[in-house]
Amino acid sequence: MEQKTQAEKINRQKMPEQNVSSRIRNFDEVPLGYDPQTAQREASRCIMCKNPKCVEGCPVEIDIPAFVKLIKEGKFLEAIYKIKEKNALPAVCGRVCPQEDQCEKMCLLGLKGEPVGIGNLERFAADYEYTQPLAEVKKPTSPTGHKAAVVGSGPSGLTVAADLALLGHEVTIFEALHEPGGVLIYGIPEFRLPKAIVKREIDYLKSLGVKVFNNMIIGKIFTVDELFDRGFEAVYLGVGAGLPVFMGIPGENLNGILSANEFLSRVNLMKGYEFPDTDTPVYVGNHVAVIGGGNVAMDCARTSLRLGAKRVTVLYRRSRREMPARLDEVIRAEEEGIIFHYLTNPIRYLSNEQNWVKAIECTRMELAEPDESGRRNVIPIAGSEQTIEFDTVLVAVGAGANPVLSSTTPDLKLNSRGYYIADPVTGLTSKPRVFAGGDIVTGSATVISAMGAGRRSAQAIHKMLMGIQDTPTTD
Amino acid sequence: MNSKKEHPCQQVSISEDSYTIIEKEQLAKRTICKMIIEAPLIARKARAGQFIILRVNETGERVPMTITEKDPAKGTITIYFQVVGKTTALMRNMKVGERFKDVVGPLGQPDEIEKIGKVVMVGGGTGTAVLYHITQAYRALDNYLVGIIGARDKDLIILQKEMGALCDELIVTTDDGSSGQKGLVTEALNNYLKTSHDVRLVWAIGPLAMMKAVSAITRPFQIKTMVSLNPIMVDGTGMCGCCRVTVGGKIRFACVDGPSFNGHLVDYDELLKRKGMYLNQERESLLFSVR
Repeated sequence: MEQKTQAEKINRQKMPEQNVSSRIRNFDEVPLGYDPQTAQREASRCIMCKNPKCVEGCPVEIDIPAFVKLIKEGKFLEAIYKIKEKNALPAVCGRVCPQEDQCEKMCLLGLKGEPVGIGNLERFAADYEYTQPLAEVKKPTSPTGHKAAVVGSGPSGLTVAADLALLGHEVTIFEALHEPGGVLIYGIPEFRLPKAIVKREIDYLKSLGVKVFNNMIIGKIFTVDELFDRGFEAVYLGVGAGLPVFMGIPGENLNGILSANEFLSRVNLMKGYEFPDTDTPVYVGNHVAVIGGGNVAMDCARTSLRLGAKRVTVLYRRSRREMPARLDEVIRAEEEGIIFHYLTNPIRYLSNEQNWVKAIECTRMELAEPDESGRRNVIPIAGSEQTIEFDTVLVAVGAGANPVLSSTTPDLKLNSRGYYIADPVTGLTSKPRVFAGGDIVTGSATVISAMGAGRRSAQAIHKMLMGIQDTPTTD
Repeated sequence: MNSKKEHPCQQVSISEDSYTIIEKEQLAKRTICKMIIEAPLIARKARAGQFIILRVNETGERVPMTITEKDPAKGTITIYFQVVGKTTALMRNMKVGERFKDVVGPLGQPDEIEKIGKVVMVGGGTGTAVLYHITQAYRALDNYLVGIIGARDKDLIILQKEMGALCDELIVTTDDGSSGQKGLVTEALNNYLKTSHDVRLVWAIGPLAMMKAVSAITRPFQIKTMVSLNPIMVDGTGMCGCCRVTVGGKIRFACVDGPSFNGHLVDYDELLKRKGMYLNQERESLLFSVR
């Protein structure tokens, strides 16, 4: 009882942050991380519930009370090793997981006050490990002699690779781009997830014996069947939802209108923000419109600001309550001066004489009854059209399934929207010995849910390779 | 699963694609460069019409290059490129034995080549190199081939001997008349179509304006026309939509659905404008590199 009262007396430790006026001109991280004293203070707030609800909220079931206790006791390295038992990419998750919808949402302290800062603590432990000389590399168990191929080096592929490598299997990752990391390097901006951290996590994987080949597009350089010809005994497809979605409205091909994928790739993957030191340009005008309301839209908006846009506006067709973006990201965007036009939808783009976008004709929307997914529908309000001037438009309305791999794998069954059909637990697809997980199965979701899928598939693949009977190899 | 195919490169190991420049040749008064690159895995998979994307170095941009020839036995692919900006200028300065940082392929849809009858192959500038690969494929299927290749003057004509060896008839045009017929390839095509009524298919590869003009000429003759588009690209795998073109009123990605398309359905004007989107930055990049 005394421990609980003591814990209740301490407020949640604020995460130190870059102030707004400097952060909108650089690509450095906004949250700066706890120092050890703050971390221990925050960790001491945890009341060590007998039946920890927080663990239930974690898609990879990290033993949260255990690692929090280790931080409280100053045993920081042991804390990160405890996290790594379940989570292959803790430095990433500590930064990009929507903890407020997962572990922290379940925290009992959140009922009367603020939940324990689990995400901040995970990040602290991961970052602390980086400052220490490589103390202990977890060694895989003895080699099994089995070979697995992982297609895609995004969060789900990296998780499968790490898990299988730790179980002693020989893993090869095939990555289509020239650098591994998937959405972690091309999608999420430097100021939310520094690329040096992604590289470090991938180096960790390589230290486990995982081979990574870039510039390998499975479906083009090899088909999935050819991977089996080459001696792989299982294939995991973590190719992501890599197809940009456009609205199909008039004027969408005007100069100055980009998909979110293109914009973010130019900036994050190709380091367009360092042009002309780097060779890939990225154009951002003075008045940028971002269409959409998810995390990708927030990333586009905040990146545009940092590239020098004078006015950045997010146009979203529903209201603030329906926005899928993390509340944290929306608040940061608002702090940075990004304007939000809710219940607004573009209907056409207007051009200047040089074929550049100069304005958007929008209509106001009103909320209607919820559809089957539970989200409220919107209908345009007749006569509410208005024209707003913009010289750059970033279309961030979602991503679909890229057909490059599936078009050369005819026995891989797809659903009506082109995503791969896979068993919800094991990830097994319609093609024998082929598993899939992450966005290519579920549609655009989160890094952590992709990792959870990868974790479950890795277990299923392991059982299949070792001949442990409860997983069938054919559908 | 019965899939042990007999193929010369079956045993190529994954790490053997070194992307080393094996041979380099400068043509057309140094405006066009030919390179043979070591890439055994790509060489064994590439089919006519497909391309690669490459990067020169760590800070380099990703640029598409059509594969104009491949040699699976030697493990090499050939590209031709015109020097138009910073990256192609850097490439021209690379030496035999140097490597590209990244090469990925084969990208794009392979062209569907069939035995169809009389096919006219129209090439302008560097486009002739791309056309050459496709011409080889049509030759292999025993079609009757008419080649029409052109450039501004005789020094800028490439692959004349090679096209001459593949085609049953070859017409060369130069703007200034220094070689072959004086005039444009489009004029030569128009004249040919007026007298020859059994042309089943026309391929046109070259500057956008040329492909647009060829399509306009073949339309009244109702002859199917294929063109190869070269919009700006970033990833080349269908991920970003930068290369989107309007074909028959629908959006297509040149890197995934193309780069070859039905020439009568392409919105050339829109593509031309989209290709100019980064002109200022391209200039800035070049100036920066010479400072």
